[in-house]
Amino acid sequence: MLRLDGINKLFGGLTALEDVSLSVTKRSITGIIGPNGAGKTTLFNIVTGLYTQTSGQVYLGEKNISFFAPESLASLGLVRTFQNVELFGQMTVLENVMVGLHTRSKSGIFSCAFKIPSQIREEKYIKEKGLKWLKFTGLTDCADLNACNLPFGKGRLLEISRALAVEPQIILMDEPAAGLNSRETVELAGLIRRIKELGITVVLVEHDMELVMDICESIIVLNLGKKLACGTPREIQENAAVISAYLGEG
Amino acid sequence: MTKERRQILIFLFFAAAVLVTPLFLKGSYFLNVLIFIGINTMLAVALNLLLGYAGQISLGHAAFFGLGAYISGILTTRFPIDPWLAMMLAGFCAAGLAFVIGFPILKLKGHYLAMATLGFGIIMYIIFNETVGWTGGPSGLSSIPNLHIGSLVFDNDWNNYYLIWIFTLGVMLLSINLSQSRIGRALRAIHDSEVAARVMGVNVRVLKVQIFAVSALLSAIAGSLYAHTMTFISPVAFGFNFSVEILTMVIIGGLGSIYGSFLGAAILTMLPELLRVFQDFDIIIYGLMLILITMYMPGGLISGIEMLAKFVMSKIRGKQSNA
Repeated sequence: MLRLDGINKLFGGLTALEDVSLSVTKRSITGIIGPNGAGKTTLFNIVTGLYTQTSGQVYLGEKNISFFAPESLASLGLVRTFQNVELFGQMTVLENVMVGLHTRSKSGIFSCAFKIPSQIREEKYIKEKGLKWLKFTGLTDCADLNACNLPFGKGRLLEISRALAVEPQIILMDEPAAGLNSRETVELAGLIRRIKELGITVVLVEHDMELVMDICESIIVLNLGKKLACGTPREIQENAAVISAYLGEG
Repeated sequence: MTKERRQILIFLFFAAAVLVTPLFLKGSYFLNVLIFIGINTMLAVALNLLLGYAGQISLGHAAFFGLGAYISGILTTRFPIDPWLAMMLAGFCAAGLAFVIGFPILKLKGHYLAMATLGFGIIMYIIFNETVGWTGGPSGLSSIPNLHIGSLVFDNDWNNYYLIWIFTLGVMLLSINLSQSRIGRALRAIHDSEVAARVMGVNVRVLKVQIFAVSALLSAIAGSLYAHTMTFISPVAFGFNFSVEILTMVIIGGLGSIYGSFLGAAILTMLPELLRVFQDFDIIIYGLMLILITMYMPGGLISGIEMLAKFVMSKIRGKQSNA
């Protein structure tokens, strides 16, 4: 589904990622873990086109997407959420999700200004779909609130709803559980499973080990910019190199 | 009543008020002021699409206004071209120019974008002044023909009022439609978080340039209308001061509100008339208004009016439930 081949990233003289290769199976939940500064977010930024890698290739299915801009990746079905929740604060919750349908609609400036019939139909479709995704994540009651007035946990859910509205094949979540309380984290785990059931591949960077071990089918461990290990949760828990990276040499 | 219904009603009410107003006015003075309010509303709405929705500043919008006026003026005085055709060409040229300069300058952000558009405005102002052979230079371009439809010639205040305001209402309606569509949402998304907008598949670079071109097109049409109704234009009207004045209208009225742009345009057009007694001190009053409004009412006067309306409505409802 998603394959990275020999990714290197240098920031000046600093090596953020060194020869990272990995692949993600279709319709699975994959976790990327590692201590702070391991390069997890950098990896996400490269896959989603926000950073350009120094060398290496990224493939989505058979397609080489190595140097694609973020805006073209959305229409190919690759979408992400952010660690610090990037919402459109001055827009309503529903409007936020409706922006997610940007690539699934096509009326231009003039058809929008003159409200031609096909644009009115499209607008209705966008709204229905948007409401559908709000229902999926349980935000229907907040639809008309401004996004900046949402509590943090609901902001997270909104970001996920907005990403789902893109109708992605694969969704990358950057620390979805950060800042959530334990009840919200349990709900998030359920939501991620339901997303997988829709046939969407999920990749997440996460520090909450309980969550990762609970929902992920395979785990990739990064440390100091290198891939340290990959395998099932059980294999990772027993991997000596991983334990020493997290806890230091015994 | 749904939100859409209410908006249609508000627009119809506004349009009706605009169309009947001249019936209650005596003399051409007020009619003239209202004509200028119409032209300024078009300009403020055009800039608002760029500044209020997409969040991109322009300190050179008077240049597009001037470009529209001069292209229309030159084409109709020096060539046997119909004024309506000249207006279309003016809009088309301004949009084309905006498209060409938009790609490099809209990569800039914040102060740098402000400086680039300011520079563009100044360059255009110099061109209006110095190409004397075409524009007439500082002494201006006169005897520009009026617009006409068949035998109906727009050469008196009454006709001009309706000409200008039908265009203004059209521009307002189209802008309201645009702001509530996927394009409007994408623009506001750019304003709030460019990176998230890109991840959602919004082509930020192209959309910014497109809305810049649309804004230039509307400004140029306002300029063309100005040239054909005044029949005389000179560079003074298209300088840096006027760019700032349009910006002030948008901010005082309310960023991201089409009716706010009308309010801002109306206030800034009428104020100089009311403040004549203060003579040169009027600039101080503008400055003060801008500071006070950005400090205490960042949503502009229109947000103040909305708050007041909500307050009054809740009072009325409260009374009803008590009774």
